[in-house]
Formats: sequence, C-alpha cells, structure tokens
Amino acid sequence: MATAQAQLKAHRGQAGESLLKVENVSLAFGGVRALRDVSFEVKRKQIFSIIGPNGAGKSSMLNCINGFYHPNSGTITYKGRPRRQMRPYEAANQGIARTFQNIALFKGMSTLDNIMTGRHLKTKATLLENALWLGRAQREEMEHRRFCEEIIDFLEIQAYRKTPVGTLPYGLQKRVELGRALAAEPELLLLDEPMAGMNLEEKQDMARFILDVNDEFGMTICLIEHDMAVVMDLSDHIVVLDHGEKIGEGGPEEVSSNPRVIEAYLGTSQEQEA
Amino acid sequence: MLYRESGQFKTTYAADQAMLPIRQDQIFLALVILVAIAIPFLVSNYVIQALLLPFLIYSVAAIGLNILVGYCGQISLGTGGFMAVGAFAAWNLLARIPEMPPLVAFVLAGLIAAGTGVLFGLPALRIKGFYLAVTTLAAQFFLIWLLQRPWFVGYSPTGVISAQTIEILGWRIDTPVDRYLFALAVVIIIALAAKNLVRSATGRKWMAIRDMDVAAEIIGIRPMPTKLKAFAVSSFIVGIAGVLWAYLYLGQLEAEAFDIYTSFDVLFMVIIGGLGSILGSFLGAAFVVIVPIILNTVPSAIGLPLGTAMISYIEIFIFGSLIIFFLIVEPHGLARLWSIAKQKLRLWPFPY
Repeated sequence: MATAQAQLKAHRGQAGESLLKVENVSLAFGGVRALRDVSFEVKRKQIFSIIGPNGAGKSSMLNCINGFYHPNSGTITYKGRPRRQMRPYEAANQGIARTFQNIALFKGMSTLDNIMTGRHLKTKATLLENALWLGRAQREEMEHRRFCEEIIDFLEIQAYRKTPVGTLPYGLQKRVELGRALAAEPELLLLDEPMAGMNLEEKQDMARFILDVNDEFGMTICLIEHDMAVVMDLSDHIVVLDHGEKIGEGGPEEVSSNPRVIEAYLGTSQEQEA
Repeated sequence: MLYRESGQFKTTYAADQAMLPIRQDQIFLALVILVAIAIPFLVSNYVIQALLLPFLIYSVAAIGLNILVGYCGQISLGTGGFMAVGAFAAWNLLARIPEMPPLVAFVLAGLIAAGTGVLFGLPALRIKGFYLAVTTLAAQFFLIWLLQRPWFVGYSPTGVISAQTIEILGWRIDTPVDRYLFALAVVIIIALAAKNLVRSATGRKWMAIRDMDVAAEIIGIRPMPTKLKAFAVSSFIVGIAGVLWAYLYLGQLEAEAFDIYTSFDVLFMVIIGGLGSILGSFLGAAFVVIVPIILNTVPSAIGLPLGTAMISYIEIFIFGSLIIFFLIVEPHGLARLWSIAKQKLRLWPFPY
C-alpha cells in the first residue's frame, strides 16, 4: 500500500483551504428549476454531504460540478479558478472523479480492467507504442497494474480481479466503481448515493472505505446520500437542498436541529403552523 | 487433464499480463504457427487458392472490423469499400511511382484507407447504432462508385486491371505457396499488433466507449479521438486486407469485387466468430470460408447431388439462422464457446 498511498497523498494541499466554491448556481430544464441560487463551499480534506428529499436537485448539483450540466447562472470556482462551461473529461483532467447513483461500470470488462481504465489520464504511451508493446507502453502497463493492485487490496476485492464486473453482486460493483474513481488519483471525489440499495454490512464496509479514503489519502469527498444515520456519522459539513434551494447548512448537529430541515423531511402539521 | 494451470505461479505482473499467461496456450499457439508454415507444402495448390488464402485474408479483414464493432462498439457496413480503397490505393501508387517498393506502397495504401475510414467515421461522433450503420452503408456505395471512375482504374475500358507482380527484396511472389506465406506473415503481424492494442490502454478506452460512453467521458476519455482512432486502426487493417485480396487472391482489381456482400460476409464472420475477440475473427473467417466448401462437397459425396443454386440458398439459410442463433444465445460467438470449453477443461474431471 505504501507507494500508492504516498502517490494518492501527494499534492493534496492544506486542510481547510477552499477547494470548490459554488456561488449562486441556478439550473433550469425548460420550466423546471432544478437549482435556485445555491451557494456553498467545499474545503480540502472535508467529507461534505449534500442531502435533501427526492427531486431536491442533489444529483443536478453534482452534474454541474463535473461538467455534465452547465449552470444557467452563477459561478463554480475550483482550485481558485472560476469556470462555467466545460466537458466532463476536462473536469476529470482537473482532478474530479465520481461514481454514479446507478452504477456505470464497463460491464464487458473485468474488475481489473475497469480500475485500469480509471488510470487512463496517467497513461502517455501512443497508439503505435501500444501496438508494438514496446518500451514505454509495457513499462506504464506494469506501473499501473501495481497501482491498481494496491487499490484492489485496499477495497478487498482481490478475489474478483479477473471476473467480468457485470456478474458481480451489486455491493461489489459499487466498490469496483469506487476503485475506478480512486485510480484516477482525484483531488475531489464525488459520490452519488454510494450506499443506495445496500444492506447493513455493505453499508458499514462502504462507510469504512469512505472514511479511510478521506483519512489515509486526505482526499476531499463530496457525497449525496439518503441514509441519515450514515450522513450524520460521516460528514464534516452538510448542505440541505429542497426544491432546488438551499434550506440549511452546517455540521451534523446544526443541520439536524434546523427547523426548516425538519420541516422538509418530516413535514409540519397544519395545527402547528396555525 | 492436459490443460492445467496449477503449478504455474506468476511472480511478476509482467507474467500475469502476458498475452498468453498459461503455458499450454503458448505451446498450442506455437504448434498452430508451425502447422501453418508447413501446410502449404503438404496440400495441393487448389486447396491453398480456394481455402487457405481466402481464410487468411478474411481473417485480416475480420480483425479490422472486430476492432471497430467488437471493441469500440461502432457498427460499420463499409468494410468492402475500405478494402477497395486499400487495394486501389496500392495499385495506383505502384502504377504511378514504379520505383516504390511494394511493401511501402502497401503500408501507404493502408494509411490511405485509414484516412478514408476517419473521414467516414466522423458521423460516429454524433450518431450511434443503426443510424451509423446507414452512413457507413453510404460510404460503401460511394467508395465503390468513386473507384470505378476512369482515373482510378488507369483508364482501363473494362474497369478491370491486373495486379502488378510483387517482389520483396528479391523474393518474387507468384506461386500459390509464396502467396500463402506472404499472407501468413501479414496475418501474424496484424494479429499480434491488434492483440497488443486491445489489451493495452488503447483497447481499454475503446471498450469503455463501447460499454458506457457517459462513464468513459467522466473518467477523462475523450470520445472523439478515441472513436476516430478505432476507425483509423480498423480501416488500416481492412485496407491491408483489401490489398491482399486483390494482389494475392484475385490477381486483379475490380471495384465490384468489394461490393456490399463482402461487407456483410466480414460482419458475419465477426458476429459468428465473436465480437470483441481476436481469436473469434479467425474462427469466424474459417467458418464462413469452410461452410460453402462443405456444402459443395458433402452432399454429392453422400449421393445427394444438389444444384448450384440450391447450395447457395442453403448457404444463406445457414448463415442467417446462425447469426440469429449467436445473437440470441451467445453474442460472443465461437470464441466464447472456445473459452467455455477451456474453462471446463481446466477443472475436468473434478469440476467441484
């Protein structure tokens, strides 16, 4: 683990420094306003959570951050540089990796190949070098293999390295997807519902991996999750969205005692309001 | 019992990432290559011409198409057209620049085919699936029409031109055995290069685009260069197959020899042999070449004479039903059946 860990830790910057700043971002699909004037700041080495009821705009927010959607207004500042329009692969180039709500693995490929594909941005060998399997192509392949093996060890999926991912159970697929994101050595890791559809044990495993990634590699994590217990336990900072608007923000205690948040999640009875 | 990997421990990643990590496979491949080199000296010229040469050349074309369809997931019906581009490019280069060594001309012809492939691959950046198949179909018809213009056929009145004799470093390729050995050398080189490509980062990018293009873009794979590279490599190999077809098999060039049926045949090979498998390209080519010959000889041998028309209808029936069968039951084709057999053999006779 030593080498990959060192590599993953390198250039992570200081904790508390601003990594991502979202200011007054609005996004509309036709008449549907998915996000309205949302602002927040993700600091380095934080575990940052975005929560909210269904349709609150959480996934839309992640999609804005990694370039899938382009906000209609507002700015996103990443590593001190503002940006508005970019393609997903440019976001990947800048060190943003993510996983998806409904797993987006390369089904025909093995676990190892999926994670190796995550190393894509670190490969430099040209087409011709690859065809001849000479020099740099071969050397790179071995370096990446070693790196990926360490990720495989870390995620405890050694037994499935050569299994086609399409045949793996759901919980393991989620793990492989996390591995693929880690392989890119990102600075900001976006996790879209990493525990959706998991049983208690799988959730515990995943929570442990998220904490370890944050703790051992110092990676900044921004996650969306529905399981409140998990969010409250893991997060350093939480933003609550409802109907595309930010209705609360702060540490776990602060958020869980915020009346607007309680209202959004539990609703208020007519009598109370009256 | 013979096919076992127990006791073969890999201590380096290089050994584990090798092309054939299991020793029995290495020995088997070495034997196959030895047999392939020896076989032309053991069989008649007719067998070489009618069976072995088309098999080798179709294998090259199938590898080329498999890179595009099987590995990158972009459907193409323009294979015949790109083969024709390769063949005619080689003829024109050799006819117009007589000093040019044939090997150089062939590689250049492949590159010209690659360029044409990239050009007709551009729509793939916007469209997928069926619609892409239709645009490549347009490429097929356009290219064949274009290559019948007088300039491309050296103003030959019939549109048919004979291929120049090839001589490489004093080796004059004119007997069937020579042609076979030359084709074999090309097949080995192309197959090795293709195998290296698909197991490298390049191949993983193609497969990522094939399996889930959205996720591929998220991890930083740019769809445009990746798809165009697949078109370029695929068309290069297909172009080389076209050169071989004209120079080694037909001995003459005629655009009509690369019609839409050629495209379909190569696509059948890829589907029957196995999408996304280099071995499958060989199996598919062997199948498509051998089935008509079996149909031609077996019924008359068992006293059931069939008319030529009947045989060609039966051939169409067989291919059609096999394609439906493979698409439904085993989309990875003969190659998957082979690997299932190997998997079973590994554990045999104690599968538990």
